[in-house]
Amino acid sequence: MRVALAVPCYVDQLRPSAAQATLVLLERLGCDVNLAFDAPCCGQPMSNAGAVAAARGAATTWATSARPFDVVVMPSGSCTHHVRHHLPSLVSGDAGTHAARVTYELCEFLAGPLGMPQLTGRFAHRVAMHLGCHAQRGLRLGGSSELHQPPSGPMHTLLGALDGLTLVPLDRPDECCGFGGSFAIGEPELSVAMGRDRLTDYTTHQAEVLVSSDPSCLLHLEVIASRSAVPLRTMHIAELLEEATR
Amino acid sequence: MHRQGVGHPEAAAAFLRDDERAAWHDDALWFVRQRRDRATDLPEWEALREAGSALKAHAMSRLAELLVEFERRATASGVCVHWARDAAEHNAVVRGILRDAKVKRVAKSKSMLTEECGLNSFLEADGIEVVDTDLGERIVQLAHQPPSHIVLPAIHWKKEEIGALFHREMGTPAGESSPDALAAAARVHLRDALLNADAAITGANALVAETGGVVVCTNEGNADLGMHSAPVHIVCVGIEKIIATLDDLGVLLRILARSATGQPITAYTTHVSAPRPGAAMHVVLVDNGRTARLADADMRSALHCIRCGACLNTCPIYRRSGGYSYGHVIPGPIGAILAPAVDLGAHRSLPFASTLCGSCGDVCPVKIDIPGQLLTWRERSATAGALPGGYATIFRQLGRLLSRPVSFARAGWVARSALRTLRTLRFIPGTRVARRWNPWTRPGRDLPLAPRESFREWARRAGRIP
Repeated sequence: MRVALAVPCYVDQLRPSAAQATLVLLERLGCDVNLAFDAPCCGQPMSNAGAVAAARGAATTWATSARPFDVVVMPSGSCTHHVRHHLPSLVSGDAGTHAARVTYELCEFLAGPLGMPQLTGRFAHRVAMHLGCHAQRGLRLGGSSELHQPPSGPMHTLLGALDGLTLVPLDRPDECCGFGGSFAIGEPELSVAMGRDRLTDYTTHQAEVLVSSDPSCLLHLEVIASRSAVPLRTMHIAELLEEATR
Repeated sequence: MHRQGVGHPEAAAAFLRDDERAAWHDDALWFVRQRRDRATDLPEWEALREAGSALKAHAMSRLAELLVEFERRATASGVCVHWARDAAEHNAVVRGILRDAKVKRVAKSKSMLTEECGLNSFLEADGIEVVDTDLGERIVQLAHQPPSHIVLPAIHWKKEEIGALFHREMGTPAGESSPDALAAAARVHLRDALLNADAAITGANALVAETGGVVVCTNEGNADLGMHSAPVHIVCVGIEKIIATLDDLGVLLRILARSATGQPITAYTTHVSAPRPGAAMHVVLVDNGRTARLADADMRSALHCIRCGACLNTCPIYRRSGGYSYGHVIPGPIGAILAPAVDLGAHRSLPFASTLCGSCGDVCPVKIDIPGQLLTWRERSATAGALPGGYATIFRQLGRLLSRPVSFARAGWVARSALRTLRTLRFIPGTRVARRWNPWTRPGRDLPLAPRESFREWARRAGRIP
């Protein structure tokens, strides 16, 4: 399948390994990956802060980049959510609607258009799964405890298929990590307090690895963990799957 | 208490300074959230939410008709119905009724509307003694505080603190903090207030247009004791509490207590549709901005709120910042969308007191899109020039940068180099101070690890892109 890989601004700059792993994984699964998608950002940072006018430029550049493609894959749930739910109204013409229709979060793409490949691999670790809130309750890529759904969804299925991997149960399986974009800067104390509580939930269940489909949640939890010397390896789902199926 | 000019971030930081108490507050509310999860684990739960949402939308779309129908039936049963445009009119109507009846002592049961209107202090200024008879409400009243939660008004108080308060105010033994003993003392204290009141004031959980009846839900029976013993009963209620039929009430009662406290139904659910023989019953229907909200199509569904408090209990922000950090009579996620409608400038920080995690929307029994409205309020803040300090400029510049691939790549390189330098500097003696001064690192996080190469730099080097 021909797909375009869209790399969001902060992944490009702060977690390029997640994008590289996505590329390798998609190629390993037989995709013909195009890297010509050059828009840096879908506009979410501005849009979420209410600065809609300031978001239009980035959103338009993004939608224009997506125009030539039938499938765009992104290693980020929250950016995918923004593209799908906000680009149609942010971008004039039908470019926004097109982008919203063709863009998929990585796990969503694997489970959907790619027909859930039978991944065989081994990852013998205790893993805590953190689904970003926008992936979970926005894109509905995981069970929400408020709706009495058990932890589920494409990421859960992909991890469950790996040999040796133990998904640790969590006390609060779908509580927000406290990042929230500008929230991390606007309410620093609260943001860090929330992140610390998530880390405690993972470590009290003896997780060795924290995995997420959202690099933003990982970056947030990582800087709190490193300051408090919490021994937890953070991995993007693409990094984990790539390593396990190597 | 929330002080004038203090925004949510500052108030939250102050609350978090006592991290032991903050953790305890978080746990106490999470416990209620878990009880809610168990009580709402019904096969028909989503259908009930759908029905709840629909019946409220229906009632709001026929608000005027239903209120008039309610008035007609209630009046026919001997209830005196009053209309109040705003808080001042509401307070004046209540005072008028109390003056006519020469009331000196009022037993009030919990009502967020009277909090909204500032009724207690208004009546006290007139020489009328008002006793809040809901236990939690009485605790905060004795401590001269407003409620910090709409269902659990004293959830921020520990039992030892309540013991000390009761010792001072009610003469319970010093050091007594057993909940049973304190509740027993409160029962004696409140029974006196309830049985000797000249008037009872209650709120209402629903007004049923079809019957002209008022429905009051409590777990302590205090509203019932008051209205069944005092010669005057005044119901103070917001007009959005109207529903069409008793069938609608059936849905409402099934979702209310389950969402609020995790009980199948409240301990006391009372229908009052006429005054007792020889007693008087008044209903004061209060607008106070509600019809203006109804006219606002994007925000209208916030009026569907049945005040169960589930969004407060589930909200990771509310749990860790407490009710007072919101500076509004209704705190939490629902307060953060109601308060800006009252005064966007004064409450500008509230739509930002959220990560937009969406838990409040999924937990809401009447399916109010709280996260969506938070985002809409942020947009309105931007349009009104009321974004928090610096945001407008920062995001305008950022928006420009993020729409241009080449400038973005250059700025990214500069930023990563700077981050790497700063991260190295952390190890130089003396920078512990710098760490405390830097708003990013101060609350307890390191600077991000910045890689030498961005993804696109790597892809270019690897010959994957030109």
